[in-house]
Amino acid sequence: MAIHIPSRVVRFFKERPRLTRALDRTIAPFEAVSKKLAFGCRMCGQCILHETGLTCPMGCPKTLRNGPCGGVRMNGHCEVVPDMMCVWVKAERRSRLLPWRGTLLKIQPALDWSLKGSSSWVNLLAGVHDKGADR
Amino acid sequence: MNDSVPESMGPADARPRGAFERALASGRPVVTCEISTGDGADPEVVRRRGRLVRDHVDAVNVPDNTAGIPHMSGVAAAAILAQDGIEPILHVTCRDRNRLALQSDLLGAAALGVRNVLCLTGDHMVHGDHPDAKPVFDIDSMQLVRLARRLTDEGRYLSGREIKSRPALFVGAVENPFAPPYDFRPTRLLKKQEAGAQFIQTQIIFNVDRFAAFMTRVRDLGIDRRLPILAGVAPLRSARTARHMRDNVPGMEVPEDLVRRMDQAGDDRARREEEGIRICVEIIERLRAIPGIAGFHVMPIHWEEAVGEIVRRAGLVPARTAQRPDVDTQRLIPATAAPSSASKEHRS
Repeated sequence: MAIHIPSRVVRFFKERPRLTRALDRTIAPFEAVSKKLAFGCRMCGQCILHETGLTCPMGCPKTLRNGPCGGVRMNGHCEVVPDMMCVWVKAERRSRLLPWRGTLLKIQPALDWSLKGSSSWVNLLAGVHDKGADR
Repeated sequence: MNDSVPESMGPADARPRGAFERALASGRPVVTCEISTGDGADPEVVRRRGRLVRDHVDAVNVPDNTAGIPHMSGVAAAAILAQDGIEPILHVTCRDRNRLALQSDLLGAAALGVRNVLCLTGDHMVHGDHPDAKPVFDIDSMQLVRLARRLTDEGRYLSGREIKSRPALFVGAVENPFAPPYDFRPTRLLKKQEAGAQFIQTQIIFNVDRFAAFMTRVRDLGIDRRLPILAGVAPLRSARTARHMRDNVPGMEVPEDLVRRMDQAGDDRARREEEGIRICVEIIERLRAIPGIAGFHVMPIHWEEAVGEIVRRAGLVPARTAQRPDVDTQRLIPATAAPSSASKEHRS
């Protein structure tokens, strides 16, 4: 399930980089707090929560965005943090409850680490979201 | 066993093929094994281990800082094996290198005669001897598979820049059917196939029933027809090793009856090692009955001497042995003492 932003909107923000930066500075703190409380967000700036069963994959110590590693314990917990449930065990379970399906099958592109800390909502509007180098 | 050769092995592209790829295309059960790369700067250690297994397998896996413990660079060790005429499969993990280092290592390995690369996430360093190191994990194994294929097929770096002389890599990936979420594992394998994986090696199989269930789903998805899957096996050396693997290696499943059998074999070295090899061969026999497996990957865990015996008893015939009737496969190579610790790299 890809979120579609009209090209008009993307062009609007592309042509106004200073406005986009100002918007990012304003929105990013609110996005950080609200998504941190709700999903344990790490502000990667390229949010794929809606494609990973509303579970933030950046909570994984290996920051895996394409599925679990092979070290998940028999009880479903993380091999690195034994008292934490593997984010992908949670993601797989929750994605079954979502009305949209098949999102776990999507191959997520490599992360653009230069966007870390920025608002993924603004990045989405500005068209820099979800534009991995290996797309 | 697979009667038909998987589609990915077809003659579609003109890329030069290595011995391992040709072996997979032959349709007979292929055997690979893993060796330790040596805990120092002595190339002779790698050569000696290579010689122990070279006549028994089609290709030799060279791990990349297994379990987060530094060893000789896998690229160097694989190049040493390639110089000796042994076909290496180089493990490349995402733990220690970012996308720049991964790309240069892939090109460097190809320049040194390494064709086969196995893309893994990598064990986390918390279990190694440098738990304070900075984890890299810039890209993941899925993206690494795609990156290696991109270098080979498109001749472009991740940045899009053109590579002057592109490598001819044969790209593999791994899967661990024994770690939750179990239902997602075949799907993750499908993703790896779609990312461009050309062969698969699995985690060590002790629980054959769970693996059979995994393979049923894999066949439903049609993955086994599109890329060869090598089933991972390993000989247990003692009841202590079995317990260590069961209790301390996440993602490893060692059923209770196997631990019991190793206990019953007692402390006598010859007896427990014989029992370990016997169990391993039994597992291979059971795996042969599962459709969709292209061969076996033996992970001897510092016990390279066992590989020849396992391959011989299982009746597997790698290319080199078939070509060289002078090789005495009946000979039981005496085991030498080595501390055993569980190999973890094939989990991720």
